[in-house]
Amino acid sequence: MSDPITYEERLKEFDWAIAERELGWKRGEPINIGWHCSDRLCRLGHGARPALLWEGSAGNERRYTYDDLRVLSNTFAAYLQRLGIQPGERVCLFLDRVPELYIGFLGILKMGGIAQPLFSAFGDESLHTRLENAQTTAIVTQRKHVAKVRKIRDSLPALKHIVVVDAGDGPPLQAREVPLALDGEPRVETFACFPSEAETPSVLHYTSGTTGQPKGAQHVHSSLVSQYLTAKWVLDLKPDDVYWCNADPGWVTGTSYGIIGPWANGVTQVVLDSGFIAERWYAFLQKHRVTVWYSAPTAIRLLMREGTEAVRKFDLSALRHLASVGEPLNAEAVLWSKEAFGIPFHDTYWQTETGCMVITNFPGMPIKPGSMGRPVPGITATVLNARTHEPVGQPGSVGLIALQPGWPSMMRSYWKNPAAYENKFKNGWYLTGDRASIDADGYFWFVGRDDDVINTGGHLVGPFEIESALLEHPGVAESAAVAKPDPVNMEVVKAFVVLKPGYEAGPDLELEIMNFIRKRLSPLAMPQEIEFTESLPKTRSGKIVRRILRAREWGEPIGDISTVMDD
Amino acid sequence: MDELKQLVLDYVKREYLEEGDDRVVTETTPLISGGIVDSFSMVSLKRFLERKFSISIPDADASPQAFDSVNSIATLVTRFQQKG
Repeated sequence: MSDPITYEERLKEFDWAIAERELGWKRGEPINIGWHCSDRLCRLGHGARPALLWEGSAGNERRYTYDDLRVLSNTFAAYLQRLGIQPGERVCLFLDRVPELYIGFLGILKMGGIAQPLFSAFGDESLHTRLENAQTTAIVTQRKHVAKVRKIRDSLPALKHIVVVDAGDGPPLQAREVPLALDGEPRVETFACFPSEAETPSVLHYTSGTTGQPKGAQHVHSSLVSQYLTAKWVLDLKPDDVYWCNADPGWVTGTSYGIIGPWANGVTQVVLDSGFIAERWYAFLQKHRVTVWYSAPTAIRLLMREGTEAVRKFDLSALRHLASVGEPLNAEAVLWSKEAFGIPFHDTYWQTETGCMVITNFPGMPIKPGSMGRPVPGITATVLNARTHEPVGQPGSVGLIALQPGWPSMMRSYWKNPAAYENKFKNGWYLTGDRASIDADGYFWFVGRDDDVINTGGHLVGPFEIESALLEHPGVAESAAVAKPDPVNMEVVKAFVVLKPGYEAGPDLELEIMNFIRKRLSPLAMPQEIEFTESLPKTRSGKIVRRILRAREWGEPIGDISTVMDD
Repeated sequence: MDELKQLVLDYVKREYLEEGDDRVVTETTPLISGGIVDSFSMVSLKRFLERKFSISIPDADASPQAFDSVNSIATLVTRFQQKG
């Protein structure tokens, strides 16, 4: 570890003003994430420093300095302005992890738009839900994904522009589609960055809940303050680091710590746009001499399966700090990483809604394998009694993880859903929806979700969205989706389906329905098992009691069934 | 190309390429590392193979490497067909 400052010293006299001073920002002045992640680094004399080293699945490479980021994000911003996009309008990025995704994110922010990155594996239905809710004006995509947009564009009248970044000389573009070949656009050296303020909306990230469709967690430009500082302190980023964040910017980790945090800190970041193959990943780490690696428990467990022998074939001696995010990092994975890499993965806990890490294993702090760690300086965290919403007080007692509102990157709304937003706050605390206990040393220990949301591979998937999509299959009469335990992904989706007359349960229909959901929603939402059943447990009012189905999957007590109807 | 590989290739193109995706996919095209089939979608592909070829593939053998091309999938399927 490079920094001798301890967690306890960081806690002393903590103030978010530390980050504000380092960023050169005074409250009341304009602040723009896009500018702070590109222009500011150039002003500090780091224009020639590599910002992004990108490698595609075919081994093709591209390299961008901070000055390239500055100019190309200007170019992107100017292009959006010429299309007529106004500040405050939502611009979706629906791209693989190509350079245009990263550069476009900065460009949207520089012209005052609200960036709405979406996972490129989303099916047309998932895409439609999110674009319609946000009333998105423009979507930036690629040829391989444009068919999904074409399927839904006629039901999205607010969507005026479909920007295709690799139109090339292929088939003609269709209605509302326009080409953008960023490398071929005249470079814009000077761009008047939108004078966004601390509370100007910046990013919209959709996240799933138990009820209803996914909600858009809306963030603001001053989120930069906590994203910058947590990237620096928790990921221990230094200017000469080479940093790799595995997360896709369609998810909040990929923006907060795959764009904003690292670039605000001026580090070189590497991106590999390729699916998971262990040897490919190790070769990538070796080639770029990656020093800080931010990964996820699912990936780590897949690497564990390959064993330490696979690691030994590569020189990973440059690695000096490892961190993990998305779901609790089990103790076995922490111990394995110490054996395999010589250093352990540090678990970090946070959410789409929090915008930055909130409870972490801090560099230099003793790790208790399996623990979430302790609250990040600047964050007040506790566990609350589920009924009274008062802190439980007793070490070891399980309660709802809650945070004191007001840290810089706390979401400011769920897009156009004030009721859902207000429901996240009780008794002066922000409720995360997770449960944990705190031990006598102040370490948090994750227990589980407080609701029916499924955490698969570190991504939250809402059962309502899956059940709604299942009902669109012609053979499905009723459906329920719950989490099933999985050794690699922690949880996967399992669906229970009641069929309509005339449909025969069996492996062929199971596969058909799996593919149906995978294409309409996403591979994450695809049930990895479907159980056909005659009926589902319901209350007298007809509400499906998912908790009973889930308890059976996990071998847990079913609990009170007095309100459940007998069939 | 033999019949087994052709069946798998046709299925992959039909199920995992979007309409309008004009990438050329052959028996050697990287499927997982190439981003055509992600790790979650591997489950449905495994299910198809088991059903189509009447085999059972243990989870431990259903690795990203084993699924990374039509050729490697065909090798896997053949191995489990021979086990009977």
